[in-house]
Amino acid sequence: MKKKFNLFNWLFDGNPLFSMLLGMCTTLAITTTFENGFVMGLSVTVVLLFSSIIVSLISKYISDELRIPSYIIVIATFVTVLEVLLRKYSIPVYEALGVYLPLITVNCIIMGRVLSFASKNKVGASILDSLKCGIQYTFAIVLLASIREILGNNSLTIIDNLSGLLGFKLSFNIFPSSIFVPSNIFLTSAGAFITLGILLGILNSIRNRGDSK
Amino acid sequence: MNLIPLFFMSILSENIILNKFLGICPFMGVSNKEKSAISMGISVTFVVLCSSILTFLINKYVLIPTDTVYLQTLMFILIISTFVQLVEIILKKYSKSLYNLLGIYLPLITTNCAVLGIVLINIRSNYTLPESIVYALGSSIGFTLVIYLFSLMRVRMDKSPIISSFKGYPIALIAAGIMALIFSRFVGV
Repeated sequence: MKKKFNLFNWLFDGNPLFSMLLGMCTTLAITTTFENGFVMGLSVTVVLLFSSIIVSLISKYISDELRIPSYIIVIATFVTVLEVLLRKYSIPVYEALGVYLPLITVNCIIMGRVLSFASKNKVGASILDSLKCGIQYTFAIVLLASIREILGNNSLTIIDNLSGLLGFKLSFNIFPSSIFVPSNIFLTSAGAFITLGILLGILNSIRNRGDSK
Repeated sequence: MNLIPLFFMSILSENIILNKFLGICPFMGVSNKEKSAISMGISVTFVVLCSSILTFLINKYVLIPTDTVYLQTLMFILIISTFVQLVEIILKKYSKSLYNLLGIYLPLITTNCAVLGIVLINIRSNYTLPESIVYALGSSIGFTLVIYLFSLMRVRMDKSPIISSFKGYPIALIAAGIMALIFSRFVGV
């Protein structure tokens, strides 16, 4: 029987953020606006993709003791390349991501995927796996960022820091200010933890209901 | 900046876990048992302290004179992972009891964002050497404090009646959020 493609399941099953809680540090810190979340998701995807390709090519030649240090160097190299490129082409984005950009190096998602998948599989499979993982992560981080920005600032910033590259800005308010008063707490660190906690709880209950049917 | 306010700021109001979101993986993963929380804290303190001194010197005397500051990330992660390996080897040889206590947590520290994070924050805020040492020490004490307090809370949470979908990570995250609210009020202590 051919299984019907289900976008919801594809996005949520094995989602690195929602089901395994990997890569939390960057996620919680950066999700204050839609744009930051999206850029971070994209950066992680790009680094993951290139690191997976390299690691799946070289893993045969690396001994077990040197595995983690050498993979970290591969990842750090791509993060450095990304850093240099961002600093050259878009300073505002570089500054918005701040210290969390170099911290992609120690993002558990990348290390986890590289160790558990790319080092054991061929290049083609690794590319597909890292793309899937990257899209799932980007989706999760953008979802969290949108919720936090709407609740905290009643707005959705799609293009602001990137305007230097693209030439236009795009951001709008969601609710009329007469019926909805945004609460700053969602933009603070406490709000990040609480929003993700409640989001995870709701997703779990949806999943449980689906299982019991 | 004065050293004493910096010290307390890095422990409380700008806590490395609750305010900067660094080191969340061990925070969520390890902090089930109080003893392992303390061991993790001690090993992180040790590595952070040593590597922030080393990275400060390397940044000032190697990277800046040779104009290769863009290699920071690569250099620092290399230093940290070498350092963790070194600590592991030395401990194994000279102090078996300490090695057994920290043993499994040491390799994990390489991929702990708190270590690289503290080192990078030190460099980016242009701290002097004494300031970097104080910040590194304060942050790691803050890390240990929060991870220990949280392990005690996790024990209570396991016994409390919580809706099944919120059991485990969701309720832990919400509790961490409330803790972050409390800690953020320590501004000016």
